[in-house]
Parts: sequence; C-alpha cells; structure tokens
Amino acid sequence: MKKTHIIILVCIALSIAVLISFMGDLSTYETIASAKQKSGKNVTIIAKLDNSKPIKYDPRTNPNFTSFHILDTLGNKAQVVYHYEKPYDIEKAERIVLKGKMRGDVFEITSKDGILIKCPSKYKDDPKAAHNNLSQN
Amino acid sequence: MEYTGEHLLPGRLGHFFVLLSFVASLVATISYFKSANANIREEAASWKRLGRIGFILDGFSVFAVFSILLYIVATHKFEYLYAWNHSSRSLNFNYLLSCIWEGQEGSFLLWTIWHVVLGGILLKTAGQWEAPVMTVISFIQMCLATMIMGIYVFGSKIGSNPFLLVREFYQDAPIFSRPDYLSLGQMQDGQGLNQLLQNYWMVIHPPVLFLGFASVIVPFAYAIAGLWKKNYNGWTKAAVPWALFSTCILGTGILMGAAWAYESLTFGGYWAWDPVENASLVPWLVMVAGMHTLVIYNATGHSLRPTYLFFILSFVFILYSTYLTRSGDLQDTSVHAFTSLGMNWQLRIFVLAISVPSLVLFFKRFKAIPSIAKEESTYSREFWMFIGSLVFFLSALFIIIATSLPVINKIFHTSLAMGEDVEFAYNRIEVFVAILIGILTAVSQYLKYRNTTKQYFLKKIAVPTGISVVICLLIGLFGNINYDKYGPGFLAAIHVALFAAIYTVVSNAFYVWAGLNNKFKAAGASIAHVGFGLMLAGILISSSKKEVLSYNTTGINLRFDPQSKEKSQENITLIKSIRTDMGKYHATYLNSDSTDRNGTMMYFRINFRKKDSAEEFTLFPNLIRNTKGQEGFSNNPDSKHYWNKDIFSYISYADNMDKESDTIQFKSYPVDINDTIYYSNGYIILNKVVANPFNERYQFTAADTALMADITLVTKEGREYKALPVFYVKDNQPRYILDTVFAQNVAIGFSRVLNNKKIELQVKESNKLVPFVALKVYEFPFINVLWLGSFVMITGFVMSILRRVKLNRAMKSAV
Repeated sequence: MKKTHIIILVCIALSIAVLISFMGDLSTYETIASAKQKSGKNVTIIAKLDNSKPIKYDPRTNPNFTSFHILDTLGNKAQVVYHYEKPYDIEKAERIVLKGKMRGDVFEITSKDGILIKCPSKYKDDPKAAHNNLSQN
Repeated sequence: MEYTGEHLLPGRLGHFFVLLSFVASLVATISYFKSANANIREEAASWKRLGRIGFILDGFSVFAVFSILLYIVATHKFEYLYAWNHSSRSLNFNYLLSCIWEGQEGSFLLWTIWHVVLGGILLKTAGQWEAPVMTVISFIQMCLATMIMGIYVFGSKIGSNPFLLVREFYQDAPIFSRPDYLSLGQMQDGQGLNQLLQNYWMVIHPPVLFLGFASVIVPFAYAIAGLWKKNYNGWTKAAVPWALFSTCILGTGILMGAAWAYESLTFGGYWAWDPVENASLVPWLVMVAGMHTLVIYNATGHSLRPTYLFFILSFVFILYSTYLTRSGDLQDTSVHAFTSLGMNWQLRIFVLAISVPSLVLFFKRFKAIPSIAKEESTYSREFWMFIGSLVFFLSALFIIIATSLPVINKIFHTSLAMGEDVEFAYNRIEVFVAILIGILTAVSQYLKYRNTTKQYFLKKIAVPTGISVVICLLIGLFGNINYDKYGPGFLAAIHVALFAAIYTVVSNAFYVWAGLNNKFKAAGASIAHVGFGLMLAGILISSSKKEVLSYNTTGINLRFDPQSKEKSQENITLIKSIRTDMGKYHATYLNSDSTDRNGTMMYFRINFRKKDSAEEFTLFPNLIRNTKGQEGFSNNPDSKHYWNKDIFSYISYADNMDKESDTIQFKSYPVDINDTIYYSNGYIILNKVVANPFNERYQFTAADTALMADITLVTKEGREYKALPVFYVKDNQPRYILDTVFAQNVAIGFSRVLNNKKIELQVKESNKLVPFVALKVYEFPFINVLWLGSFVMITGFVMSILRRVKLNRAMKSAV
C-alpha cells in the first residue's frame, strides 16, 4: 500500500472519530415539555418571552442573576435562570434561543452564550416598526 | 397619483445601470465563451474584443450604480428605501459608506465592484488565458447582477432592487395616500445606521473582506479554464500571485472583522465561532491549502489534482457562505446573519448552478490531470506540505459541517443544535489542528524539495528545536498557564499547541536569518509563517489566560441567587462615587455624561486604581442608543492598552438605561425651624431657611425670589449629611431644586412656604436614587502578539506576491 493511501485512511478514520465525538456533544431542539422529560440533559429551546411575568434583574443586589419566564409555541411555560447580566434587548425579543438544562421546572443556563436573542432590530431592520412608523399620520 | 417632491431620476438611472450590467455581462460571457472555443484565430480575436467591450461596459455600469446609490444616501433622498432604512441626517460623513454595506444589496454591489477591478487587471495580464478565465468571471458577474435586479419574471421576484422607493416597499401604509407624503415628519429623517456598525472598522472591514471574497474567483477561474481547455498546467505559474493575494486579503479582512468584534462587541473576544465568522474562515482555510499545493506542483510536479479540487472548493464555499449568511437560515445560531430577503431559491440556484458543473467537470477530467506515479519521499518538503494542506482542508470541512447544522436540519428534518458551550466544541478540535499545522510549518522549511539527507535536516533543525523547547519550558514553568476549565487534557493540548506556535516562529525566523543567506527578498513565505506562528501564540495565550477582573470581592453575600457561589459572577456593581474592591484593583464609578449632541452616546467614567502600586487609569465604556426607532442601548466597550495586556471593560447595566420610573412618591411634611422628620435610617432636621442664597452651589441675587432650606440628616450611627433644597419663583411660577443625599437614598425638596413661618418639605426614600453601573472587566494578556503576528504575516504575503509577480514577468519576457 502506498504511503499516501495510508495517510488518507488515517485521515478518514480521524475525521470519523472527530465527527462521532462532535455528534455526541450536540444537543437537540426541544419544546419545554420534552425538555422537562430530559431533565438534566443539555438541550436547546426556542421560545418567546412570557410577558405576563416580570423579568427579574436587580443589579444593585446581584448583577449576575437574571430570571424570566418563557412560553413556547405549544403554550408551555417555564422559568429561566441565567447567571449573567440581563441581555440587552430581551424585552423586545421576538424569539429567544436558549441552551441549558432543565432542572425541575426551572431552565438553567450556565454559559454566557446560552442565550441568543432574536430581535427584529439586530443588524436588520424591523419591518413592523418601520411600518408602524409610516402608519402614524 | 402625482407625488410631490420626489427625485425619481437617480433611481431610474441606477436601475437602468443595474439592468445594463446584467446585459453587458451576459454579452461578455457569451463572447468570451465563443472566443475561448473558436478555432480560427481571427474569430477568437474578434469575439474577444466583443467580450472586452461587454466586460468594460459591465464595469462602468457597476461603478455607476454604486455612485448613484452613494449619492442618494449622501444627499438624504429619503424617498428611497435604501437611504431611509440605512442612514440618517445626523450620521457622521465617514459612515456613509457603511450605510451602503449595511444592506444586502450594497454588499452584493461591493462584491461585483471588486470583480470588475480584478477582471480589469486580468485583461492586462492574463494573455492567452483571458478568454476562458473571463468567461467564468463574466458569468459570475451576470449571476450577481441578478441579485440586485429586482424584477418579476412569471410572478417570482428576481433580486432585490436597491433603488426601491419607500412607498413601493410599504405600499399599503396610509401616509402614501397623500401626494405630499415627503413633507411628513417620518419622511424627514432615515432610520439610521445600526449603532454597532458606527465604528471605523466597519468602514474598512467590509471592503477588504469583500475584496478577499472576490479574489477567490481568480484561482477558481484559472482552474476551470485549465480543465475546460484541457491545458492542465499552463496556468499554474500565473495563478501563484493570485492565490497568495487571495489568501492575504481574505485573511486580512477576517482579522479586521476580529478587531472590530474585539473593539465594539461584548462577547469578550475577537472570535466566537459565530457561523458568520466561520463562513469566511472556511474558504480561507481551503484557499491556504490550495495555495500550498499549487506551490508544490510548480516546484515538483506533485499535487496538481488536489490543487484543482481546493481552488474549486474554496470558491464553492464562498458561494455557500453567501447562501448561509444571506438566506436567514442561520437566524437561530448566529448573532449577525442577515435576515432573509425572500430570495432563497435564487441563492440556492446560484450556488448549485456554479458548484455542480464545476465539480462534475473536475471529476470528469480527474484522470487526465497530470500526476506523478512515484511517491514523494518522506524526507521531502512537498510531502509534509501536502499533509499540512490536508489538515487545513479537513479542519475546514469540520467547521463547515458544524456551521451547517441548521441547513442539515432543514434537509433531513432533524433537530440538532450545538451544545451549550459552542466555542469549546470548536476549540477542542482546532487546538489539535493548531498543533499539527504549527509543527509542520516549523519543520517543512528545513526539508528540501524532492529529497533531503537525514543528516542535513537534523543538523539544521536542531538549533531552532532546542531554542523552542527552552522557551516553552520557561513559559510552562513561569507563565502560569493553568487554564483548567476543561480539565488537564485540554490544558496539556494548549501547552503543546503553544510549543508548536513558538516552534513555528523560532524555526522560520531562524530560516530567514541563517538559511537564506541574506536573500531577504525570497523570505516572504518564512516571514508570513513567523507571523502566523505569532498569531497562533497570541490566540492561545490571550484566550487561555483571559481573566475576569470584575469578580465581586467585596465579601458581601449576594441575595436572590442561592447557586451564585458556584457560578461565575462576572459582573460587579459599582455605586456612584463609592470605591469598590475588585480583585487586583479598586474601581470607582465617577460619573456619566452624554457628550454627543444628540444624546446618542452615554459615557461612563470608571476609575481603576491598582492595589499594590500607584498605577491608576480611567476607562470610558459607553452605551450607544439604538437606532432604527428601537428603544434601549447597545454597549460599546473601552480598553486600556498595555504592551503586554489589555484591560477590557463594558457596561452590563446602568441605572439610567431604564425608563422604568420610580414609583415611590414624595411625602410632604410641614416643618418649622429645628423640627425633625424621621426616615428609615435616622432623622432630618431643618436648621434654617436662607433667602437668596449665594454659595458655591447656588448664585442667587437680591433681584431673585429664592429660599434655601438648610437641612442636616443625622443617621442612626451619628453620621451627618447636609442637604440644601431650594424653592424659588421665576416668571411667576414656583420652581424647586431637589437635593439628594445618595449615601442615604434620600431626596428632599422644598415645595412651598406655609403660614405661621412653616415650610413644606418633600421627602422621598428610594434605592432608585443612587446611580450605579454593573460592570464587566476582562484582562487579555498578550493580545498584541496576535495583532503583531497579523501584521507580520501580511507583510510576508506582500513580499511573496511582489516577488512572484516579478518572477512571472521575468519569465514572460524571457519567452
């Protein structure tokens, strides 16, 4: 067998190993209900902010604790605990992508990047806001 | 309806040029294609002439479109959606260009402009390769022109027209029922440029990055031309400077983006493995691989097949990245992908229409591409360079697969997502890539092409190896790199990678110094490698030794978060004017100010004083008010730069960001001199009332009607504070000046004079009175090594490009 062939085989083997270990670390998109069943496992949830409950962030007493409630498309609700500062535009978020673990009824996020806020405004314009603006006479 | 005040000419002219550029590039494509396939020389020449005319016309049109768009934005023609959506009157002139590339249409335009510039150079230099190469480029130009065409064919929209009017976009908005809608308030100013893009890096980064994007087409076009004309190796010399140029510029563009992210974003670094970042990194990695195999081929005749594959794939990845970042598919994984313009099918067709035929052509011609049957020797440079290219390529594949999860989910209906720690998922793989690449880059220079004697190699490599080992041991012993967040295995990998990086720097520097015998002009590659090694070292040190400085070390237990002890507490709360203990520093929030005339920026002045020395500095992290009619702020960090580290800070929260008003009401008390009022932490006593006070705070004169209450607050602990609220009359209206004792959270007002010599005092206790900020502070050690490395690498590239261009010219004139 040629040396190049051996190297290519080794590379293929390594790539497969890397991919398998990578796949092993992936989480899955879940709803709040299914995340509750996978309690303690790393999952990703896409949800909306539940506006009926307040966002708790009191930086005077603790700047590293934010708590709010989410609502998914199936209508399930959960409390979220995030151990960092309140993300800037969370009140305006259309949808929030959350990565963390469900513990009991509380969804806990330990990584700072565990929240991705999707605001219509970020990097792109909010067609709705613009439209509202134009609708005022 | 006839609308008044609109300037429709620029838009019509602009759209005409968009269509002209499409037609011109179509003519250029067909003519160049005919010319490339013509057997008779005269025929080929005349088609080529037509092709040139087409391409030049396309170039002219594209520049015209760009100029008109810039004119519309610069002269605030807000009837146009582009100006209305992306700019505003108050915008600094320097950021006008940024408005153009804030939108998708403008960035497509930028891309085509660079194609025109590069194509122009090829017209001069490509010689016999002009016709096939320009066929490819003109075809891509045609495809890109469709992206900004904005016409409807059989009911489906093709492209998005940058010259659309606001009233055409929001057709049903009521204001457009008025012919004079332009005179209305909301049409007087635009929505503004996104606050985060109002940064000087955002003026320069997109053009450079898009020049990099555009330049990838040249090696690709040469490769396709080679396959098409079955002239498999006639282009390999001419393509070297282009491949170098592409690697250099795309790399520079990516690094500028990293510098922008570091300066104005707050994820605390320069790289976050965000899909948008990956989308430009992947084509670069593949281009680096292709550039190296091309050099191998020119020197030894090996590796031509992989060169073809890499050049084709790096362009395919450019197209795929374009799809990823512009389709909206990355919405849930990226913070800065564009949202969809509703032309995803057009983008998909664009990607497939170019990548599928290119790859089919490659595999059909694969056997015919010359290749040497005999294997490379293990003691040859080409062998290890090839392995290095392969590592780059595999690493690119890994990154693109991970980045493509949303696309994979869409195709296979799966629901996969990256885990919680996205960065580590990449880092733990890429650290091994760094190790392999570092060591290969260090060693390969000392091997000669074809074969090297073992003794020669070992003798040459011994000294740099020794030096690197010593440096690494010193760093290991005294460098305090003990990043154990991910366990000892990862820490060990970091140390090995650091060795590989240092090894690269030392052995390439040594090679320039000792190996090249003062042939400094030929040292471009080695210098670029030194820079690359420095970058690796800078990345490894600054990220593994990145330190959070803003840990709360006041010793005060924080409420509300029972788990906060074991979790990170990266923010520290600073109450205005109160010196707070913060690890190695004492930090004080002095004051805040909005200096900008529109009040769009709020600066916070934070003083840092080192505990163990007299060192002291002030940072001004700031908040920028969001544009585009959005409430709220975005934060903009500030850093103190030392030669060996950066102290990086930003505002996580500030009390004056909140519009939420203080709901606690003032209570009023009628008081006489020497009366007391109790509050939660002591009592308030009215000492006297002064008429028309004149002191350092108030300068009233005898002509005024003003009364000042002289008040003392006495706390339970016996501490005393002064408060001096004022009541005065101006223009026959009573007015008040409140006085606030921040230390006691008490605000006092003097609201009126009562009968029987009493006055009415208003007292409010609220913890909302105290201004404060929640601050985050990081230390990035040796981040300058990364920037220095970037600079050195770019210098090396430029030297190489100049030398290769010169060599090619010499070769041409010799023929």
